[in-house]
Amino acid sequence: MSFHIVVCGSLVPDPLQTLEPMQGPTGPALKNEMMLPAVLDPWAGHALFEAATLAANVPGSKVWLVSLGPKAKLQQLMMSIAQKVAFDLVAVDGPAGGFLDAFETAEALAGAIDGIAGLEKDKMLLFGGCASSSRDASVTMQLIGERLGITDQFLAVDELKPEADGSFQIMERIEAGEYLVSKCAGAPAMVGWATGNLPEPPNNPQVGMQNMRTVMPALQQAKPAQVGTGDVNFTKVEVPQQRRETKIVKDTPVEEIAADIVAWLKG
Amino acid sequence: MEKVLFIAHTDADGNLPKAALETLTAAKATCGDLTVGLIGADVQAAADSIAECGAEAILGVSGDAFGASRYSTDAAAIEALVKQAAPEVVIAPNTARFARSMPGAAFRCGGKIDTHITGMFREGGKLEVQRWYYRQRMSATLSREARPWFLLLEGGLAEAFSGAGSAIVQTVDVAVDNVRTEVVGVQAPDSDAQTIRPEAEVLFVAGAGWMKKQADGEVKIKDAEEIILGFLDKTQASLGSTKSLVDQEAEGDVLNFMSHMNQVGQTGSTPRHNKGLATCCHGEEPHTVGWRFINERRAISLDANCGWAQGKADVLYIADAFEVMKKVNELL
Repeated sequence: MSFHIVVCGSLVPDPLQTLEPMQGPTGPALKNEMMLPAVLDPWAGHALFEAATLAANVPGSKVWLVSLGPKAKLQQLMMSIAQKVAFDLVAVDGPAGGFLDAFETAEALAGAIDGIAGLEKDKMLLFGGCASSSRDASVTMQLIGERLGITDQFLAVDELKPEADGSFQIMERIEAGEYLVSKCAGAPAMVGWATGNLPEPPNNPQVGMQNMRTVMPALQQAKPAQVGTGDVNFTKVEVPQQRRETKIVKDTPVEEIAADIVAWLKG
Repeated sequence: MEKVLFIAHTDADGNLPKAALETLTAAKATCGDLTVGLIGADVQAAADSIAECGAEAILGVSGDAFGASRYSTDAAAIEALVKQAAPEVVIAPNTARFARSMPGAAFRCGGKIDTHITGMFREGGKLEVQRWYYRQRMSATLSREARPWFLLLEGGLAEAFSGAGSAIVQTVDVAVDNVRTEVVGVQAPDSDAQTIRPEAEVLFVAGAGWMKKQADGEVKIKDAEEIILGFLDKTQASLGSTKSLVDQEAEGDVLNFMSHMNQVGQTGSTPRHNKGLATCCHGEEPHTVGWRFINERRAISLDANCGWAQGKADVLYIADAFEVMKKVNELL
């Protein structure tokens, strides 16, 4: 039994950047959005690394990365992630901001997945992050799954253990730091990853060269997608001004600081 | 005002979780005619616990298949409840179970969904909600035209509803077929102690400084473990961590009770506690994103110029966290 693993993941602004909202022609957007350095969405990144490891451990498996974003920015992104793990890129040319409607995003991604040549749906594991760090809605992956007819779905997954018969055990994060453990009969299934258990793979130039053979044609052939804010009416978008008057306590004996903290905790 | 369906699932004991009761209060305060939909192995006790909520009807999907958290059965149950009640707005708590299943159910019902709602109110008679974008960096107020509009509300928006009585539950039948996922059970994370306590008064955040060389040039992991666990034991605080600290797990040396589950910030959680004490942290993650919903904030750091703690914490102690927390434990 092998898996056809489709990973959905796109770019988000580098978390170290200062983000400022502005009103764009079709709704809210980020100031200088096209100029902001971008990274692969962190949870989608975990999904990609888990997919590559699973594919390496289950012979005959294959990984596709389906990515919706501005073509030029996707190309920049590929320069950094293509050296990490082997995949075939399916690029969709469109916006990738947090204020876009998850339903329209899901429609574009599901359409792209439907069009993948050689993808066997009965072997498909649909991977993605449990949420994006832009919209942070935890909605898109389930919507893609529904559009593709996948009724076994898992969210905030940290572990997937495949069995020889194609079934797998899965651990999902739930409340209070606990895991929900389930057994699924096998593909097709949707898996929205949390951090998983794998570190970020080191760069491998050979993998990068292998990937770039398919990445550049995929970018050139990227189909445009009409993705917007849908029926959402944004009344206000703002960065909260939460500056507090911080009291600095220094050159103070440890005993005094500790007593102050204890009084605060008990107060 | 819109016709509302409030949906909740039972917990392992057949009761409604606190998040559900808070969501019910918020729904009653903001919206119009209310119908309740309950999902669980047996929903009668849960229905009785909210019998006085003023709902026009209490619908229930029950049976062994609906006692466990599973996408296929949960989505089918939600879909059946929505089709039976025909609401304009569906309101539910943002639990892990509904976060997984509600979006798919919204799709099946031809509706739209917004999650992680942190505010719900009326502006000029129109229902508006507030949620955060870019991992709690900016907040937005929005509304939608589409109906039914599904809303998953975060905890803490309102007081938990209280009004028990005797309820009549109208059973909604849902066919259970082709279930391919078997729920094995719930497992605590692989750590020596349960350190994540969502209901705790205090959040204690540990940063990478706990794993760095101290003044004598030694790394003191055992001391750090003893101090942190001692504090958690004495205060019953919940433990949070920075990404840099949990990432050290991959490099070998790590606090043995710490996992990615403890992480707060961009790729971690944004917990809600009344008080937060950050120790040995540096950077935006613990002080801004991870602290967004912490009311009273204090930090212990050796860096007086930490730009993230200044302006975010109420009090910043410039001191060695090892020494301070050791003394705090003694005093406690």
